Amino acid sequence: MKPFTKIISIITPFDNANVDTDQIIPKQFLKLITKSGFGKFLFYDWRFDHDGQKKSDFILNDPRYEDSQILVTNENFGCGSSREHAVWALKDFGFNVIISPSFADIFYSNCFKNGILPIILDIEKIKKLLQYADKIELDLASQKITFGDESIIFKIDSHRKIRLLEGLDDIDLTLKEDEKIEYFEKNSTIVSIFD
Amino acid sequence: MSETLFEKIWNSHVVVERENEPSLIYIDRHLIHEVTSPQAFDGLRANHRTVRRRDLTVATIDHNVPTTDRSLPMIDETSSIQIKTLEKNCKDFGIKLFGINDPNQGIVHVIGPQLGITLPGSTIVCGDSHTSTQGAFGAFAFGIGTSEVEHTLATQTLWLEKPKTFEILATGKRKNPFAVTSKDIILSIIKQIGTDGGTGHVLEYRGDAISDLSMEQRMTICNMSIEAGSRAGLIAPDEKTFDYLNNRKYTPKNYDELVDDWKNNLISDANSKFDKSFTIDVNKIEPQVSWGTNPAMVSDVTGKIPTPEEFGQNNEIQIESAKKALLYMDLKPDTPIVEISIDRVFIGSCTNARLEDLKDAAEIVKGKAINSNVCAMVVPGSQMVKLEAEKLGLDKIFKDANFEWRESGCSMCLGMNPDILKPGERCASTSNRNFEGRQGSGGRTHLVSPVMAAASAIAGHFVDVREWC
Repeated sequence: MKPFTKIISIITPFDNANVDTDQIIPKQFLKLITKSGFGKFLFYDWRFDHDGQKKSDFILNDPRYEDSQILVTNENFGCGSSREHAVWALKDFGFNVIISPSFADIFYSNCFKNGILPIILDIEKIKKLLQYADKIELDLASQKITFGDESIIFKIDSHRKIRLLEGLDDIDLTLKEDEKIEYFEKNSTIVSIFD
Repeated sequence: MSETLFEKIWNSHVVVERENEPSLIYIDRHLIHEVTSPQAFDGLRANHRTVRRRDLTVATIDHNVPTTDRSLPMIDETSSIQIKTLEKNCKDFGIKLFGINDPNQGIVHVIGPQLGITLPGSTIVCGDSHTSTQGAFGAFAFGIGTSEVEHTLATQTLWLEKPKTFEILATGKRKNPFAVTSKDIILSIIKQIGTDGGTGHVLEYRGDAISDLSMEQRMTICNMSIEAGSRAGLIAPDEKTFDYLNNRKYTPKNYDELVDDWKNNLISDANSKFDKSFTIDVNKIEPQVSWGTNPAMVSDVTGKIPTPEEFGQNNEIQIESAKKALLYMDLKPDTPIVEISIDRVFIGSCTNARLEDLKDAAEIVKGKAINSNVCAMVVPGSQMVKLEAEKLGLDKIFKDANFEWRESGCSMCLGMNPDILKPGERCASTSNRNFEGRQGSGGRTHLVSPVMAAASAIAGHFVDVREWC
């Protein structure tokens, strides 16, 4: 995974609550067996009409936000299915940060595994952010969002932060604990399925 | 110190624990299916890694499988590739697969318990959010993403932040336990605590109204825990649990010893404290019907479609969501639920396609025929459920009433196979999610219990099934 760097981008205001992963990536696109190429299917049923034409009133089709890396949305984002394809689609589309008052648990965890930073901010701070149309600066190291003369400090679990900043591979880190896993296996009741 | 059931399971699976860090938790059971696993196996290959515990890992094919005649070639090439990919991955990495023609094939959350793979007190993961189903056996069972599937394959562990605990106390007795089902209980709970009421928590369902339920009914409740946003749902095991798992294909040889241990340990201590608590009196619950596009948008069958303001109760976000939902569902406020006509009926899914579900639905259907405006299908949760149902003659009851009787799989719960709604079609469904397009682009889903779905199929619109039994 690539280390997470400072981001300077305009935000995409996406005012929807309870956005489920079925909307983020509809099921007909879950049949691919690779991790790449999901961006073109992001929010497919909301972005395209039945003839496959772009819906002009859908915000992600607005050319102003084409280069935006930051999605600002509403509560309980990413609820429903555990499909990591939702995160792959957002990443592939160009989003590296998602800001919301709350996230669904599995989606939140999936973001970190793919270099997307999910930031939880209270609704008042989000409203303030939404009023700002120019580029904002987001620095994970100092946990700071700067827009114009203002700034917001956000919270993040320190271990998740380090893993993102350094682009660390979770499995490599876990394998360093191999002795402890072996110790657990020797000293616990683990019932094999096929005894 | 007093501990909740969840805390006991958690504490007995901690491999690494450091202050203010996520813990490394050991995983006892890893179930795999074709949709969320291919990229995980690719990751193993790219990094020259193997599967750490093949003896704790099994796979099946459920999401993509056609539910029609399986001797015919598959029409959908991409589904076929995904299925073949899982077959190859299982062969290459030495994982037991219940394949498309295996008599034990079925929806992953149905076959786990049915084969005795699910065990009380264990940690269970699968790349599927409805893994929570297996919490009905007193296991910590939860859905994970593909990266975590790969992590589990390679290390048999996961880094987790300890979830909080949430007690759901269900008291009272259902007035008509045949017509008011565990599906109605869980829909009522979600209606009240909301789709994010359980976020960051493990729900433990407790109380006499839960003990009263059969194992299959308990599975329906735990299945939909994820629709309240929770990490998992949990019910303490009891004699019903131990009986259910006895003498299954993969029931452990030392089962009696294990049961003795579970009986002593797998219960929340009397003085244990939950982070949150919610009480529901099941005596007051009616059959439920969802009217919107998330599982908290639910009404009593005797009720009406609420106005967005009634639903949102001063919460702007909720009011907006309800407006959007009514537009998508093409429904008007104040319409009585029983006046909503339906085009399709789907009895199936990991929520409600076990034998008891089919038996109850057949009881309603027996000797009747579905409304001529309705297409209806029954998709058993596993091939074993299908076989048992056929032994009881349920297939004949459904077919005589003009239901289609299918092979097992996830089917129209999420429409990854050819079983989908057409745009605008309205479906009474025993599944778990009424999201926009879930059952097919433009399709409209109403979540109900199997008996409600069966009665509605016959009437052609929603009916209060209590009047039928």
